Amino acid sequence: MQMHKLILSALAAASLVACSSTKLDEPAPVENRAPAVTAPSTDAGTARSSETKIPTVDLGTQLTAAVANQRVVYFDFDSYVVKEEYRGLVEAHAKRLNNDRKIRMSLEGHTDERGGREYNLALGQKRAEAVAKSLTLIGVQTAQVEPVSFGKERPAVQGSDEAAWAKNRRVELKDK
Amino acid sequence: MTDPHRKSALHSSARRRFMAAGASTLSLPAWAQFRVEIAGVGGTQLPIAVPEFRDEARAGQPVSAIVRADLERSGQFRIVDGPTGLSELSQPSFVDWRARQADALAAGSVTRLADGRMDVRYKLWDVVKGVDQGGESHAVVPDDLRLAAHRIADSIYQRLTGERGVFATRMAYVTKAGGRYSLRITDADGEGGQVALASPEPIISPAWSPDGKELAYVSFETRKAVVWVQDLSTGRRRALADFRGSNSAPAYSPDGQQIALTLSREGGSQLFIMNRGGDGVRRLTQTQAIDTEPVFAPDGRTLFFVSDRGGGPQIYRMPVAGGSAERVTFSGAYNISPSISPDGRSLAYITRIGGGAFRVCVMDLSSGSVQQISDTSDDESPSFSPNGRLLVYATRAGGRDVLMTSTLDGRIKAKLVSTLADVREPTWGPFGR
Repeated sequence: MQMHKLILSALAAASLVACSSTKLDEPAPVENRAPAVTAPSTDAGTARSSETKIPTVDLGTQLTAAVANQRVVYFDFDSYVVKEEYRGLVEAHAKRLNNDRKIRMSLEGHTDERGGREYNLALGQKRAEAVAKSLTLIGVQTAQVEPVSFGKERPAVQGSDEAAWAKNRRVELKDK
Repeated sequence: MTDPHRKSALHSSARRRFMAAGASTLSLPAWAQFRVEIAGVGGTQLPIAVPEFRDEARAGQPVSAIVRADLERSGQFRIVDGPTGLSELSQPSFVDWRARQADALAAGSVTRLADGRMDVRYKLWDVVKGVDQGGESHAVVPDDLRLAAHRIADSIYQRLTGERGVFATRMAYVTKAGGRYSLRITDADGEGGQVALASPEPIISPAWSPDGKELAYVSFETRKAVVWVQDLSTGRRRALADFRGSNSAPAYSPDGQQIALTLSREGGSQLFIMNRGGDGVRRLTQTQAIDTEPVFAPDGRTLFFVSDRGGGPQIYRMPVAGGSAERVTFSGAYNISPSISPDGRSLAYITRIGGGAFRVCVMDLSSGSVQQISDTSDDESPSFSPNGRLLVYATRAGGRDVLMTSTLDGRIKAKLVSTLADVREPTWGPFGR
C-alpha cells in the first residue's frame, strides 16, 4: 500500500514536470509500472495490510523521480544559450537541489565532432557553465553543481550529419 | 656550415637533379623491409646509397632499411640502389657508385658482442671526391637496435647537412580502439611503439617536458578533464591540475620549470601558468571569451594561444609576464592548435577552409605569409620536429587515420602510423631521451 502511494505520487510529479517540457527522449521508468490492483479484502478478521501504519511521503524521492528523464539539455549549433523549452527541466533540478543541499551534480558539456579537441572542450565547458548559471540563478548553491566538459570526446550518437550533431551538442546533468 | 664535403655533394646533387627527374624519388628500393610512402618531390635531394649492413640479417632489426627510411623521410635525401656486401671496413669502388649517381655511400655492420650487446658500426664516404668522411660505433642492448639505427641516420644526416637529425627522437600520440584509449610513445618513424597509459576514458593533449623525461596530458579518468604528469621511465604519475571545472591544454616552458594551461576554475576557459610542482598558480588572461591552447615561444617570454575574443577562434600572442594580446592569424574564420618552430620563426596551425575541411598551415612570423601544406581535409594537431625541419600531424588518408610527417613546404610527406584505430594528438618529443 505504501509503495503504491509512493509510486502514484512520483508518477504525478513526473507527469507534471513532463508537461512543462517538450524533450522526452525516453519514457519515464515509472510509467511502465502501473500499480497493480489490490483485491479488496472481504475477511474483516484477517486484514493483510497494517491498519495502523502511516505511509511516509518522501519529497526527496519524489523530486528525484521528477528528474528521472530530465537529464539532458540540447543546444543549437554554435549556441551556448539554455533554450526556453528547458525551463521546466532546470526548475525540477533546482527544486531537488534546493530541497537537499547535500546533493552534488556534474554538468557535463559536450559538442559535436567538428573542430579541434581543446577548443571543443572549451565550448562544452561554456555550455555546462550556462546550465550551472541557470540553476544558481534560482537558488542552487555553486558548490552543488560542477560544470565540466568532455568536448567532442564522448558523443552520444555516432554519425557525421546534422541529426547526429544535434544529439551531441548537449549538457548531461548527472548525480555525483 | 663547417663541412666542405657537404657543399660538393649538394652541388653535384643539384647538377643531377634533372637527370633524376623525380622518377626514382617515388620508387622504393626492392629490398626495403618496410615501406616509407613518400608523396611529392623535393627540391634538392642528396643521392645516397646505404646498402645492407654486414650480418644485419641476423640482428633482428633491418638496420640499414631503418636508416634509409629515416633519410628518405627527411626530404633531403634520395636513396640510390646498389650492390650489397659492403661494410665499414670495405674499400668501395667509387667509380661504380658514381656511375649509379650516388653522391654519398654509407656501409656498416652489426656484430654481437660477448656481453650480448650489439655493436652497430658504419662509415660514410663522399663518393664524388672519393674520400672517407668518418664513422661511428654504437654498442646497444638488442632491444635498442632500432635506436642505434636511428642514431646512425642522425649521424649521417648531420655530417651531410650540418644540422642535427631527429631520427632518434620520439613522438607521443593517442589511439582509440574499441572504446579504449592508449597514450603511445614511438620512435620518430612511428615504429617501436609502446603504451605509456591505457584507459577506458579519453586522453588528449599530450605535451613533452623539454628534457623528454615526462609527459603532461589531459585524462578524463575521473569523469572530468584533469591534467596529469607522468614520468615515462617509472610510470609514476600525479594530478598536476585538478581544480573545479575543466583542466586542460598543458604546455611546458622551454626551461621545463613552468606549465601553461587552461583552467575553468574561475569560470570560463582562461589561461593560467603554474610551477611544475603544481604551486604558484597565476591567471594570465582576463576575458569573457575562450582562451586556450597556450604554447611557449622558444624564448620562454611569449605565449601563443587560441582565443575567440574577436568572434571565431584565432591565434594570438601575449607576454608571459602579462600584458595585452596581439592577434596573429587574420585569414580564415577558424584558426586553432598553434605550434611554434624551435627557431621561433614559423607558426604551424590548423585552419578551417570552405566546406568544413581542416588543414595544416605554416605562417612565416616575420612576413605573415601563410602556406597550406596539405591537401587533406581532417588535419589535426601539428607539431614541429626539434630541428624545425619537419612537422607531424594527424589526418585521414585512404580511408584511414594516419600520422603524417611533412617538410615545412609540404613537398615531402610520409605516412608514419597507419591503423584501423583512431590515431590523434601527435606531438614530437625533444632531442635526447
